[in-house]
Amino acid sequence: MRRFVLIAIPYVWLLALFLVPFAIVLKIALSDAAVARPPYFPQFDWAEGIAAFIAELDFENFVWLTEDDLYWKAYLSSLKIAVISTFFTLLAGYPIAYGMARAPEEWRPTLMMLVILPFWTSFLIRVYAWMGILSNEGFLNQFLMWIGVISEPLTILNTNSAVYIGIVYTYLPFMILPVYSALERLDGSLIEAAEDLGCSRLTAFWLVTIPLSKTGIIAGSFLVFIPVLGEFVIPSLLGGSDTLMIGKVLWEEFFSNRDWPVASAVAVVLLLLLVIPIVLFQRNQQKQQEAEQ
Amino acid sequence: MTASVFEPWNDPEAKPLIHFQNVTKRYGEFTAIDNLTIDIYEREFYALLGPSGCGKTTLMRMLAGFETPTEGKIFLAGQDIAPVPPNKRAVNMMFQSYALFPHLSIWENIAFGLKREKMPKHDISDRVDEMLRLTRLEKFARRKPHQISGGQRQRVALARSLAKHPKLLLLDEPLGALDKKLRQDTQFELMDIQEKTGTTFVIVTHDQEEAMTVASRVAVMDHGKIIQVASPDRIYESPNSVYVADFIGDVNLIEGTAKPNGNEAYAMSWHEGHEPLTVKSPNAFSDGQKCHLAIRPEKVAISAEKPADADNAVQGRILDIAYLGNISTYHVELPTGAVIKAQTANTRRIARRAYTWEDTVWLSWTATAGVLLAD
Repeated sequence: MRRFVLIAIPYVWLLALFLVPFAIVLKIALSDAAVARPPYFPQFDWAEGIAAFIAELDFENFVWLTEDDLYWKAYLSSLKIAVISTFFTLLAGYPIAYGMARAPEEWRPTLMMLVILPFWTSFLIRVYAWMGILSNEGFLNQFLMWIGVISEPLTILNTNSAVYIGIVYTYLPFMILPVYSALERLDGSLIEAAEDLGCSRLTAFWLVTIPLSKTGIIAGSFLVFIPVLGEFVIPSLLGGSDTLMIGKVLWEEFFSNRDWPVASAVAVVLLLLLVIPIVLFQRNQQKQQEAEQ
Repeated sequence: MTASVFEPWNDPEAKPLIHFQNVTKRYGEFTAIDNLTIDIYEREFYALLGPSGCGKTTLMRMLAGFETPTEGKIFLAGQDIAPVPPNKRAVNMMFQSYALFPHLSIWENIAFGLKREKMPKHDISDRVDEMLRLTRLEKFARRKPHQISGGQRQRVALARSLAKHPKLLLLDEPLGALDKKLRQDTQFELMDIQEKTGTTFVIVTHDQEEAMTVASRVAVMDHGKIIQVASPDRIYESPNSVYVADFIGDVNLIEGTAKPNGNEAYAMSWHEGHEPLTVKSPNAFSDGQKCHLAIRPEKVAISAEKPADADNAVQGRILDIAYLGNISTYHVELPTGAVIKAQTANTRRIARRAYTWEDTVWLSWTATAGVLLAD
């Protein structure tokens, strides 16, 4: 009995907070938009019965997603932004994690604290701060003009570059932490052994350090990639009108067009797209655990 | 077979493979290696023995190239190796943790160093197979390090470090992680492989038994200095200091003052009211010089009756008996309060032993059994 209760807790949790909301969203996605409250049709009616209700649902909205090229362009563009920004986050995060893992032991908690510290400030405030840095009269342009690198201010804000900067900045800790934990466990004598067997510092890094931190790299990349794919705040605050991301499209369908069924269909497709990397991510975690045993 | 004795260190013509010249290594205030000069010859199995923190690992890491001397020079085959980085030295190291690459198979681990030399593919394959045969690991070539036992991992580490034909192989506590039985077998395997390959081995260990078993010469270290370098039997039989005598094996130390008594013979007075001990020593002592007599427990005979013609005989009471099966160690308390250990083989059944706890017995030893050491 106790075992049953213990197992039931996570299942009830998943059912109540994931499956039921998903079923509701899916139901809305299969409905039609209507000028009503709530703004979709059909509504479930006890008198007519469940069969009649289901008969009124259809896949019209999903078909619509394939007909208007806005949607698949938004999906593709989100994918592209997610891939590129994950790459840059890795490029920035790996050296930081490497430096932390190589730092003297007594420094490491402090460095770790510095990585986590930004989370103590509201995410929105930090993104607004970037608007102040990147705008035409912002700190970055003022600084570059002051040291004489440029004479005209650069337009960074409201472009894709600003979106990349914002994403890399925001998601950096999610990359650093798993890579750091993989590198910290790395036995230093392995590097010495590689050098002893004829590797230069660089080849030892390439042949030993990188392969042995692979699990951390994969974990970090998924932790960045998955949320960035559906990211909404950063592109809408830092991006321009030509920044196309599915999160933004979803928001506009929902709030501007008040087309809940189409917005729900967009969300359902996004979720299905995310299931693939999430499954891959979990398989990686599993493999890592098996390797450690 | 008339094998000539392998003792290049006694041959003034022999050129050492490794020569440490007044090498000092400091870490800030701490001196790890203190003005040390040693020679290691080709084909030697050289053991660095000492307590932890005595500098033996630092010495080895300097040979591998992971540390550079603060002062002095190290020569390998006549060449100063200070400017040569670890990856360019004809020296390989077997790490204490083995440092096997967990993401590579046993085969790839052994081939790792060969691939860095840009060796042709089939040569690599031949050499790896040869090493696998030498270490009897053929069956495990495709496995990953975490899929084999500790003893097998130790052999992989050895095969990997030998694969590149190093002039010198460094072994950092190579058997430390193995249990006792496996360690003993592996010691003989190590000696076998060293003989077969003809490589010079330098082994670091804190286990004196291990050093004595495998090495052609043992260097006993303490506080960054070499106290004595000699073959295992000389280290054991004629230690040059109380430290070495005490560090290697079990020893009884009796303090006293020397009095010359004929050719290389001394009468050592050790306690008032007791007859002075008769000792022979090639080292000269002046009259009244303070000294220690170091005598191994197995060289002290124990008997119930006073032996008739012993050079030295003292009476005492058995305090304790350590029964080890084949041998027993008796702790005998002398009237002076000092405790002397005597070891004898249990050639008779234990029930037929003539003495037991609390019995009064006689300890005796010859004039040449012990070593007289200056303070």
